Amino acid sequence: MDFHVVWYLLVGVLLIGYAILDGFDLGVGALHLFTKSDYDRRIMLNSIGPVWDGNEVWLITAGGALFAAFPEVYATAFSSFYLALMLVLCALIFRAVSIEFRSKEENKTWRKTWDIGFSVGSIVAAIVFGVAIGNVIMGINLGADKEYAGTFLDLFTPFTLMTGVFNLVMFTMHGAIYLLIKTEGELQQQIKGYAMKAFYAFATIFLIITAMTLYLKPEMLANFSFGTVAAQHPLIANYETAVSVFAWMVIVLNILSIMNIPRTITKGKYMQAFISSACTIAALVMLFALGIFPNLLVAHDAANSINIYNGSSSEYTLETMFKVAIIGMPLVLVYTSLIYWTYKGKTRLDEHSY
Amino acid sequence: MDVALLSRIQFAFTASFHYIFPPFSIGMGLLLVIFETLYITTNKKVWETITRFWIKVFAANFSVGVATGIVLEFEFGTNWSTYARFVGDVFGSPLAAEGIFAFFLESGFLAILLFGWNRVGKKTHLFSTIMVAFGSMMSAFWIVVANSWQQTPVAYKLETVNGISRAVITDFWGMVFNPSAMVRFEHVVFGAFLQGAFLVLSVSAYFIIKKQHLDFAKKSFKVALIVATVVSVGQLAIGHKHAEVVAETQPAKLAAFEGLYQTTKEAPLYIMGWTDTETQKTTGIAIPGMLSFLTHGDTQAEVKGLNEFPKSEWPKAGAVFQTYHIMVGIGMLLIGLTLLSCFLLYRGKLFSNKWLMKGYVAAVILPIIANQFGWFSAEMGRQPWVVYGLLKTKDAVSKSVTSPEVITSLIMFFIVYALLFFVWLYVLDREIKHGPGHDDNGVEAGYSHKGKKIEGLKGL
Repeated sequence: MDFHVVWYLLVGVLLIGYAILDGFDLGVGALHLFTKSDYDRRIMLNSIGPVWDGNEVWLITAGGALFAAFPEVYATAFSSFYLALMLVLCALIFRAVSIEFRSKEENKTWRKTWDIGFSVGSIVAAIVFGVAIGNVIMGINLGADKEYAGTFLDLFTPFTLMTGVFNLVMFTMHGAIYLLIKTEGELQQQIKGYAMKAFYAFATIFLIITAMTLYLKPEMLANFSFGTVAAQHPLIANYETAVSVFAWMVIVLNILSIMNIPRTITKGKYMQAFISSACTIAALVMLFALGIFPNLLVAHDAANSINIYNGSSSEYTLETMFKVAIIGMPLVLVYTSLIYWTYKGKTRLDEHSY
Repeated sequence: MDVALLSRIQFAFTASFHYIFPPFSIGMGLLLVIFETLYITTNKKVWETITRFWIKVFAANFSVGVATGIVLEFEFGTNWSTYARFVGDVFGSPLAAEGIFAFFLESGFLAILLFGWNRVGKKTHLFSTIMVAFGSMMSAFWIVVANSWQQTPVAYKLETVNGISRAVITDFWGMVFNPSAMVRFEHVVFGAFLQGAFLVLSVSAYFIIKKQHLDFAKKSFKVALIVATVVSVGQLAIGHKHAEVVAETQPAKLAAFEGLYQTTKEAPLYIMGWTDTETQKTTGIAIPGMLSFLTHGDTQAEVKGLNEFPKSEWPKAGAVFQTYHIMVGIGMLLIGLTLLSCFLLYRGKLFSNKWLMKGYVAAVILPIIANQFGWFSAEMGRQPWVVYGLLKTKDAVSKSVTSPEVITSLIMFFIVYALLFFVWLYVLDREIKHGPGHDDNGVEAGYSHKGKKIEGLKGL
């Protein structure tokens, strides 16, 4: 068993979990200022009230898992994106305390300030995550010593800004669909409009980004090519047909789930719409992972890329931590399901609400 | 200013600020379990009021703790990437375990603890409270394991990959239960229990002075006082055991604790004093032979002084000495204070004692300082090493990060945290002034929701 590959998959699972779960609550944040009445805003906040904290834990755990399994990747990525990550931290701090403190005072200015903190924090975090993914696709300026050799501004190119906006739009759509499940009446109708608008923006940018990626980075398709483009990795070489078939299945799933979103929203089948947008997010993360495999951080000079072998912990650690993950992850899924089950149905305010 | 110094300032600042909050969460978590158990067993309204009030105070602390905690996990990579490369194999594992075993547990059941009062049954709610308390201790466990390995590294081997040396785990459980892990975990958790208990004592004493919510305040006070008494006495034993471990594993740190420069038989223990590394003199009130006795069980035993180590490997003894002694001093003060209070409680004279109650209102600051200074002495006492004897702090910073970048983030953290701190104080103050009783946040005076009915206000 190749634990390097296993951990690549596990980090992928954590990223998918994070993108699906925190994705919708960042999306709710992005939409927050579009609603005007205080009651509606409280409904929005409380729709994610019991779950946002747990959703953010996926990010913390993904960071911890990356640190434990691929310390070189963790070290290089975090130091390369220094200022960008500081911005994310600032955004996440504001977001968290805004949620907690917003409704503590009735003063309008107080509430408005925290509303802005919550919304701007959510938007900034969503954009920067997208920019980071865009940089990994395009490759960053890494030296032979695995250290970043570029500047902060190098991280922002038209393509990476595009992926940043794309991520924001995707999360906004996902968050809007989540809100459709959680709200009713006028507010729900209002959100429905936003959900459709967000979907069309998402679909448009999705096509643009796909075209840009294929034009700028054709090697992203190497693992999809049934061996016609030289695969870098023996694993891919040995299973090139299976990997390519799987990759194309993901593409098909991706397209089907994207097409299913507007259909289900129009029909009022919001839970199905949510599952579709969750599948869309999962498929996009998988396509990204399949495209860069076995690399985790792509460098301009392919020789300097950090992959699952030259960036990983020792075999012993990978195996031990795999056991830890196998024991831990089922528990995590149990708690997560339990909480979502407890708070299923429409959001209601009571004296414990934000 | 070089990147190493700036990164150290940033880490010290962000870690200290963060560490105001988790001890409250851990300590109050324990108290919430006790309060809620009392409510379920007695079924008395007052225990319900107590539980629900302290849950609100707990929530405000918890959220700031979570928000500021992510920063630390990121900083190992952003500011200390050379360190992350060197020890990631070892140090990353407890961090990942903390996420998987502690944070998910905490955040999941926190949802029920904070919002589930009307949604789930009493027993389910109590179970969630227990799980949150347990989860917060688990998170303390894993993070202290990680830090303890930095202090007392074992169960690793150095290997060279692509010309770069790094530490690799040879035995996972050996790394987890490294020589100082368990005693430091106990020490941290007991410190946290005290901080949580003293917050409850402080707020309850405030109500008692104001003659408000007396039944509520006295009952809260009694429970917190019993916890504080037992824990402060227990902390003395744990602290003593911890000092023995430090003497054995980090002799330079112990020497700095006590300002001991020459290796001495019958080494003294200072109650308070001043140490000067230039003249290598320590003056103050000391008990002769006590340090030898406490670390080796014999007043005549030899204790290593700083001169056994090259000067380049000395911690800043002045600061380590003072922070350590202030921590110990506060620990002793808390033992005296709680024992005296228990005696007065037994005599029925505690709550009528105005000056003592006023003292308790202010006393919340004492465990906070002790917890902060305890960490200062532990971390500064480890210097110049970031991993004791293996890697120096100055060699651990990120190579690709520049001074202006760190200055930018440092200024950002100063501004954000200052704001955060005042908002937190303001909200806490408001919660306290509001007092227990049902805070109906749904229907507010002078605040309309355009005629919408608020639902879900059961049990009011």
